[in-house]
Amino acid sequence: MSHPLLDVRDLVVRYGPVTAVDHLSFSVDAGETLALNGPSGCGKSSTALAVLQLRRPDAGEVRFEGRELTYLTERELRPLRPRMQPVFQDPYGSLSPRQRIRDAVAEPLKVHGRWNPANGPARVTELLDRVGLDPSCGDRRPHELSGGQCQRAGIARALASDPRLLVLDEPVSALDASVRAGVLNLLADLQDELGLGYLFICHDRAVVRHFADRVIEMREGRPVPT
Amino acid sequence: MPSEALLSVRDLRISFGEVEAVRGLTFDVRPHEVFALVGESGAGKSLTARALLGMAPRDATVGGSVRLRDNVDLAAERGRRITLVPQDALSALSPVHPVGDQLAAAVRSVRRLSRREAQARAVAALDRVGIPDAARRARAYPHEYSGGMRQRAVIAMATVNEPDVVVADEPTTALDEERREQVLRVLAEQREAVGAALVLVTHDLDVVRDHADRVLVMYAGRAAELGPVRQVLGRPRAPYTAGLLASLPQDGPRRRLPVLGGTPPAPDALGPGCAFAPRCPLATDPCHDREPALQAVDGRLVACHHAADVPDPLRKFV
Repeated sequence: MSHPLLDVRDLVVRYGPVTAVDHLSFSVDAGETLALNGPSGCGKSSTALAVLQLRRPDAGEVRFEGRELTYLTERELRPLRPRMQPVFQDPYGSLSPRQRIRDAVAEPLKVHGRWNPANGPARVTELLDRVGLDPSCGDRRPHELSGGQCQRAGIARALASDPRLLVLDEPVSALDASVRAGVLNLLADLQDELGLGYLFICHDRAVVRHFADRVIEMREGRPVPT
Repeated sequence: MPSEALLSVRDLRISFGEVEAVRGLTFDVRPHEVFALVGESGAGKSLTARALLGMAPRDATVGGSVRLRDNVDLAAERGRRITLVPQDALSALSPVHPVGDQLAAAVRSVRRLSRREAQARAVAALDRVGIPDAARRARAYPHEYSGGMRQRAVIAMATVNEPDVVVADEPTTALDEERREQVLRVLAEQREAVGAALVLVTHDLDVVRDHADRVLVMYAGRAAELGPVRQVLGRPRAPYTAGLLASLPQDGPRRRLPVLGGTPPAPDALGPGCAFAPRCPLATDPCHDREPALQAVDGRLVACHHAADVPDPLRKFV
């Protein structure tokens, strides 16, 4: 492969007069975890949103599988979106409270036109199983699950569209220690098996040191020399 | 034991209808110490903290006793000798009153002082927690404070009346490491400045290790282990403590973390045995039949039939 999975050059994100991300450059290869670490407000999550083009960057390049994303229209981005998926911090807030887990996991398949009524339900069950959830969890709603189970459901939903890159924004920060260990193990297994690239955003140094291949320490939108 | 108890909790039980969420806790908080209440979501630690302040939810039935050293009625002493640092600093402050006025009101609620004197104490307390230009800042509203300053203001409010005990309920949960250390430092400074003991409720074992003298590890509403931090976290004797510690991320090449299987039991689904037994790698028949009593082992109290069998190093565990 000639190019990295994700290649970010001179990324700039501004909110009015505030520069949240200030000429940040990095790359993520398939099968690799790059962590962004730093205090609240250092620009980690702004970087995540800009990479996913959920918040268009003010300057810089975001290349995903060799394609420059920043110039693409929403319509042009749509076929690429299944391949780069977010997992968010708040496991309850990132799932609709009214939707059964099974439907939440099926939704990306339907949105991206991959839903097949014949084997769709089986695919959902397989995804739930893959993230360590009992099939019976599929019939419940988020408030009926624990935080760890919800986060696993969020990961299953992200996996549904066969992504190559997961943008994990504080995926274990809201979890208790013993639950956190299980979710980190799951993420490690998925990466080993599927060769996923991870952009791993986390403020907890111990977790980062344990989990990431490489770390960028951020402060005020810029990397801190280490 | 070097000193008598400042705060004595005896067989504390908190239930909601038929369901018991805190199931008989007995512990002492000693003068000037940092006492950590640690456990995972649902272990009952926040409920316990609230009960220390006489602030258990209205629909809860509280049994057992919580007493300050000289047997005074706790409810009357709330805000004076025992105070709370709540989890969410923003919602703990009134948005429509200047911060200084709120502190002064706290002062006047327990002391007969003039407005001017109370205001002076409020400013001094804000100054003590490191609010720059405290006299001017006292006139500002909470929304004019940064997040870090609000946290400090809440700590100032909890210490302005020089209490004997400060109860801090997950004061650092939503914070990044830098802010976490800052808040804990200010808490420690203020605790020393006013000579209070601190009851620190947290789910973070790193915070316990770095900041507490003694720790009570709670599981399913009971004490799993109680003793000096160095002993309990250095060489745990309760399988639950051991499992928690083993699951913490380690430096070095990534490897699978040991994970405690299963989940904590629902409080309405407890059997006759040890609540941890269904998840415990050491559990045997007696564990499922009989709830273990707290017993002294190796410089701490442990509730486990197999306290002597918890292996060291922990890596071999779970």
